[in-house]
Amino acid sequence: MIQAGYTPPRDLKRVSTLALAVGALFFALLVFGLLVDRTQFFHAYLVGFIFWIGITIGSMALLMLQHLTGGAWGLIIRRVLEAATRTLPLMLMLFIPVLVGLNQIYTWTNRAEMDQVPVLREKAAHYLNPAFFMMRAALYFAIWSLMALLLNWLSLQHDRTADRRFSKRLQMISGPGLGLLILTITFASIDWVMSLDPAWSSTIYGLIFVASWSLSALAFGILVMSWLAKREPMNAVVRTSHFHDWGNLMMALVMLWMYFAFSQYLIIWSANLPEETVWFVARKHGGWGVIALGIVILQFVFPFLTLLSRAAKKSPQRLGMLALLILLTRVVDVIWLIEPSFNREHFHLSWMDLVAPFAIGGLWIATFAWQLQKRSLVPINDPQLEQALAAHAGH
Amino acid sequence: MVKTKASRLYGVMAQFDNPSTLVAAARETYAAGYRKINGYSPFPIEELSEAIGFTRTGLPLIVLAGGIIGGLGGFFMQYWMEVINYPLNVGGKPFNSWPAFIPITFECIVLCAAFAAVFGMLALNKLPQPYHPVFNAPNFALATRDSFFLVIESKDPKFDHDEARRFLKSLEAREVVDVEL
Repeated sequence: MIQAGYTPPRDLKRVSTLALAVGALFFALLVFGLLVDRTQFFHAYLVGFIFWIGITIGSMALLMLQHLTGGAWGLIIRRVLEAATRTLPLMLMLFIPVLVGLNQIYTWTNRAEMDQVPVLREKAAHYLNPAFFMMRAALYFAIWSLMALLLNWLSLQHDRTADRRFSKRLQMISGPGLGLLILTITFASIDWVMSLDPAWSSTIYGLIFVASWSLSALAFGILVMSWLAKREPMNAVVRTSHFHDWGNLMMALVMLWMYFAFSQYLIIWSANLPEETVWFVARKHGGWGVIALGIVILQFVFPFLTLLSRAAKKSPQRLGMLALLILLTRVVDVIWLIEPSFNREHFHLSWMDLVAPFAIGGLWIATFAWQLQKRSLVPINDPQLEQALAAHAGH
Repeated sequence: MVKTKASRLYGVMAQFDNPSTLVAAARETYAAGYRKINGYSPFPIEELSEAIGFTRTGLPLIVLAGGIIGGLGGFFMQYWMEVINYPLNVGGKPFNSWPAFIPITFECIVLCAAFAAVFGMLALNKLPQPYHPVFNAPNFALATRDSFFLVIESKDPKFDHDEARRFLKSLEAREVVDVEL
């Protein structure tokens, strides 16, 4: 099945095993946490789940973006993104603990409490109730699975047959698919994260997740590419011009995230309404304010200034390091989004919040590395391949 | 007669039929040690600027400076107005309401960086330039249609009229002409 020339490096098998071992170790720690503090376990678990499904779904967004726009950058990174979308079955399984801990995580599951406030009573009756929550989650996963299946299957068929109809069809589903993806990410982020504060709402919330999940996915993709660029066979394929393009896209996403996140802050700060500001008040006081500032610096200011330099974008090592920094900051960002909802009065951070992303991440990366081995690392029959591999690749 | 003509020479120009011969010729000319050279083409050729040894410009720095000046200017313009010149209590917010200043600061960064890019580009290109000697060459009008040109300027330290002509002729040029000042 794998065509000669672009066989994935053998190291991937070792990465897969190592990730599985790390994941298992951290999961054991997490299970210990479950025994010690059941509620805290589910809070931390949600952090890990939201961070990693962000990379899965964000990869789908980037994949469809590159099918729509074309270009050498997308062709070279396509197989990495496709492998990332194939972690979706794992994420579906890992969603089960969220459902199990629904009562521990979401206060809206307590109907008696919700009924005391008229607005919340309506929300709980028509939208925020466990039955409808599960139905919606099933719908998101169904839509995402269908998209991931189509994107992966059509791409594989195109590899096998070199029939241009398949690449045409990929392009055709990507337009509506991207629209549908933005809608499902919006609804999923509202259900899974925003509803932690059932009384609070922000209309730009979903778009912040669209930007930050795409950013996570691209940072992860760049990190993998900088790893692959040092090994056979990709060392002969990847050029600095590709890293330059990914660096530019990462800069765009960093700015897009900051734009959405700041818009939300500015609007809530300007209106200054108590029911809206509570969300930021919980995230600005105690240690959270320093962490918020750190997120802005490490997820916007520093990457933005670094990515202004062409040399930084063209160097696989430096871009890879920056991508790693962004990924780690994304974990902190997810903690900052989720954890203050549980402890509004004072700063509270559990060791489990830091363990959960590694526990789920180990399983995720093991699945990813296993899936990445399954196909040629470059889509061999793509009509743009020759141009992409040329010494002076076009954009 | 011949002497005066040589002293009023801008350079020697070679005409090529396609972009790849132009780029190849430009590379050889640069390799031969000529530095004051320039290429002309109906459309941008990415490799050409590199071939004539034109790799970096100061434009990014000019744009960066424009952006920084715009950002600081935009922010402190608002700071001066809201805090120093005409403090006004708006909804009980502090005079220095920096979050509200950010959108205008951002717009000023974009505006000044864009102006710096356009005018910096014009200045670095020494534009507008009402007169340029290359237009004295008889076929040069074709540079906007289907011909490609390479010029070795007489200012080049290595420039020798006969030698430059002979050299360009050896590069598969369709025609080599003198360009007068």
